[in-house]
Amino acid sequence: MQLIDARAPRFSALLTTLILAAALITSSVLLLVFQLLVFAIGAFISPTKTPYALIYRTIIKPRLKGEIPTEDIKPPKFAQKVGFAFALVAFIGIVSGSKITFDIAVSLALAAAFLNAAFDFCLGCQIYFLLVRAFRN
Amino acid sequence: MHNQILLGVVLILSTLFGLWFRKTRGQIKSGRRKLEIGAEEIGEKLGARLTLLQFSSAFCSACRTTKLLLNSMTKDIPDVKHIEIDTESRLELARKLNILSTPTTIILNSGGQEVGRAFGVPKREQVLNLLEVFEI
Repeated sequence: MQLIDARAPRFSALLTTLILAAALITSSVLLLVFQLLVFAIGAFISPTKTPYALIYRTIIKPRLKGEIPTEDIKPPKFAQKVGFAFALVAFIGIVSGSKITFDIAVSLALAAAFLNAAFDFCLGCQIYFLLVRAFRN
Repeated sequence: MHNQILLGVVLILSTLFGLWFRKTRGQIKSGRRKLEIGAEEIGEKLGARLTLLQFSSAFCSACRTTKLLLNSMTKDIPDVKHIEIDTESRLELARKLNILSTPTTIILNSGGQEVGRAFGVPKREQVLNLLEVFEI
């Protein structure tokens, strides 16, 4: 089991919330592509290698005091995959001219990131569990 | 303008859900279900007084916290047992016990009857309280 600083994914979720909120308001493909790349790094390389994790390590972490809470890397990595899937759907939607697909997919990704940042709730993890419970034998 | 309203709706709904989640998670609700679980279904012997049956899954950060908490609370109490179950490998049992999220901890008495359950990391005081209530 690889353990990471549990505060890092929540900080990343906060930045993700801000980027996705800006992308939603401006319908910016550039912001969406940036977030899509961040999700891709987190999902397929490691959540510790994203630009957000780098900001956390270099700027935020040195200012924090107290014991470092740890967590398994698997849940945040999975959350990045869920974010990647939503962002990919949003990207496909906007380039194919379906603004409504973009709006819905970005809204869902935003809700997931916000719930993670503000309430430490992993929406993707719970949906995954319910799908497994419903469809796997 | 349209997307600003959409952003507001997303944030308000998420906040309401998050507040509900924060309020309800970890609280041990007393068992209303008339469920009885045997040692053979779990695959391990039950505790002589209480069993804390924790359902976990791989993509669940609170599962590890729950495991550490319950382990530390029960390790010195010989008649109270903490058992962790990987839900994905025991889906049949999860469906029978109506497990809808992880971690879920079901508290069983010595007869295997459910006396309480908690979604999320159980509250330490409530677990302690339960251990006192079921003192022999």
